[in-house]
Amino acid sequence: MHNSTISIKAEQLSKCYRLGLKEDLHDTFGVSLLNFLKAPLANYRKYRSLYNFDDVNLDKKDAPSDITWALKDVSFEVKVGEVVGIIGVNGAGKSTLLKILSRITPPTSGKAFIRGKVSSLLEVGTGFHPDLTGRENVYLNGTILGMRKKEIDRKFDEIVDFSGVERFIDTPVKRYSSGMKARLAFAVAAHLEPEILLIDEVLAVGDARFQKKCINKMQDVSQQGRTVLFVSHNMPSITRLCPRTILLNAGGVLADGPSHDVVNVYMHHEKSSKAEREWPDLDRAPGDDVVRLCAMRVKTKDGHVTETVDIRQPVGIEMEYEVLQPQKRLFIYFHVVNEEGIEVFQSFQTDSSHQIGPFKPGRYVSTAWIPGNFLGEGVLFISPTMRTHFPGTPHVREKDVVAFQVVASVDSDSLSAEFFPKRGGVVWPLLQWETECRTNGNYVAAKTLSAEKIVK
Amino acid sequence: MMTSSLEPLTDRSQPNAVPMSVIEAKPPWHLIDVKELKEYRDLFFFLVWRDFKVLYAQTILGFSWALINPLIQIVMFTIIFGNIANVSTDGIPYVLFSSVAIIPWTYMAASMTQSSQSLIQGQTMLGKVYFPRLLFPLTPILSRTVDFGISIVILFCVMVYFGVSPTWNLVLFPFFVLYMMAIPCGIGLWLSSLAIRFRDVKQAMPFFIQMLMYTAPIVYSASSIPEHYRILYSLNPIVGVIEGFRACVLGLPMPWMYIWPGMLMAALLLISGAFYFKRMERVVVDVI
Repeated sequence: MHNSTISIKAEQLSKCYRLGLKEDLHDTFGVSLLNFLKAPLANYRKYRSLYNFDDVNLDKKDAPSDITWALKDVSFEVKVGEVVGIIGVNGAGKSTLLKILSRITPPTSGKAFIRGKVSSLLEVGTGFHPDLTGRENVYLNGTILGMRKKEIDRKFDEIVDFSGVERFIDTPVKRYSSGMKARLAFAVAAHLEPEILLIDEVLAVGDARFQKKCINKMQDVSQQGRTVLFVSHNMPSITRLCPRTILLNAGGVLADGPSHDVVNVYMHHEKSSKAEREWPDLDRAPGDDVVRLCAMRVKTKDGHVTETVDIRQPVGIEMEYEVLQPQKRLFIYFHVVNEEGIEVFQSFQTDSSHQIGPFKPGRYVSTAWIPGNFLGEGVLFISPTMRTHFPGTPHVREKDVVAFQVVASVDSDSLSAEFFPKRGGVVWPLLQWETECRTNGNYVAAKTLSAEKIVK
Repeated sequence: MMTSSLEPLTDRSQPNAVPMSVIEAKPPWHLIDVKELKEYRDLFFFLVWRDFKVLYAQTILGFSWALINPLIQIVMFTIIFGNIANVSTDGIPYVLFSSVAIIPWTYMAASMTQSSQSLIQGQTMLGKVYFPRLLFPLTPILSRTVDFGISIVILFCVMVYFGVSPTWNLVLFPFFVLYMMAIPCGIGLWLSSLAIRFRDVKQAMPFFIQMLMYTAPIVYSASSIPEHYRILYSLNPIVGVIEGFRACVLGLPMPWMYIWPGMLMAALLLISGAFYFKRMERVVVDVI
């Protein structure tokens, strides 16, 4: 077993670009000749400034206005065998970081130390040529990604089998559907065996079944003791595959720690009011002169508004409303819809109490509690409705007022993948299972497996 | 993953033994990383092979295009320069005269043109994956030699027709092939890195190639050049290649005075091209 050996060490990595200059500079020979005569060194200096940043104050204060920093003093350490997620909004610097670590582009300042061979998957199917057959493209793509021919020979059958395009392996790739191309390309990439693997959001290819295959393969890779840096926008896959995540924002490291926490920071930082919606001004609040919806919140058991919910924990959906006219009865309910637009369930206030009235005018708060160990991983959107008549026009009907994300953690003390596998289905209820042994006609009651025993 | 207290702190079998490589803004400088090129030799092979296969894919005539191209030029030049203009060729039949020159020239023109465009054409790959950038301009240099090899058939047929018997000069044939490859290699290294700066390298190429053709004794004989200009003339490395091939194949006395200056220039082009390419190599992705 390894001592804590460092696999990747980034030290104040920074990268800047000059804005707009590139497009100005790609002129013709004639124009540049003219410019040369006018001011001999100006054009040359301009061109050099595209890649030479000696004039830039590396303290990053008072930077010239034409400079944009893609990465600013990024530092972190990754040990051998760690799987680290890298998240951040578009433009935060994630792809730039991977490109620097892959040696595709050099840093402007700072250093990175790398132990071992790096394979990067920044795009699936790099080098694929439509006129070549699948077989030929496997070899081409494989060598581009850094494999040796002997290695590809050895794994060829495995690769083709994983991709599922065996029948067409000797047909030119231009005859493949886009899904087949993606699967073949990913199959090659999935069989890379470098010490360090850098992956940039390439899991978003193929159908759900293939995506599942990819995630499983990624899990195998991480269990083989390879260091993996995984850039993604898909939070459930981040929390499932990576125990640790680094959050990049505007070129710098915003957070670095256990995935669950960092994902929380991300969701909160980025879409701050997603789990809470308020209408302080009653006149603008949804509703009519009977009732107005003032606020909606997603809460944990201890009352905090939260964007990210642990799959085991109950979730409270709170609705705050103002009743303006005395009502004999008021039906309050909401729809829950997932990322794919599938309705997961609806919940009615009357489900747990028959009190649907009368309501005196005033401010009310109703909270519905969704039990833990029931919802599936992913983002859920809540759409509330309030009405007094069925059918008829509702007083309040809003779509996607609040949303939250359900995540399953990878901490070793709770949900190990063995005992809580990722599953299909719109909900993931943890049911009670009972097992008895019935041999020789004797009814011997065996211990029942209780969910609480597995999940601490 | 705990280590027992008995394990040595520096165990050679541990990954600590693998040295760390550094990525930094201004790395130590070296001309060619031979070790890296050796690691990527399988990729080089596949890139060359892809280049060759794809060129003739889906054509009816397939690889025979490698023959037709030079053949048409030979016919055209024989008619225009041989018969109509009646250019002097020191007594050698024009067809023979031009075949020996056109076949290597076709190779040089094609590989030079492709090599100069290599970085621009490969820019998506440049931004998505790392492999030694040198492979980009070098690939056409090698893939077009296959075309060259095929078109040697023409040369062979013409030689047989005119009853040219092989001489010991043929021993130098491989040397001239290497010399022939070095020229588009050097020019390609320069042009490919310049092309990412000046997009009109692409526009200028056909014109440049045309011009270049007339600077070498392909359609005329080198003896037409006045005596006192000959040294200057031979600074053009292509002159050396063409004259060398002619002497080689036709058994003429080897005109070393045309060859030495050119070789010097070719070496200079190659080395300076490699320097410039190496300088631009790291920042290519940011500048393209």
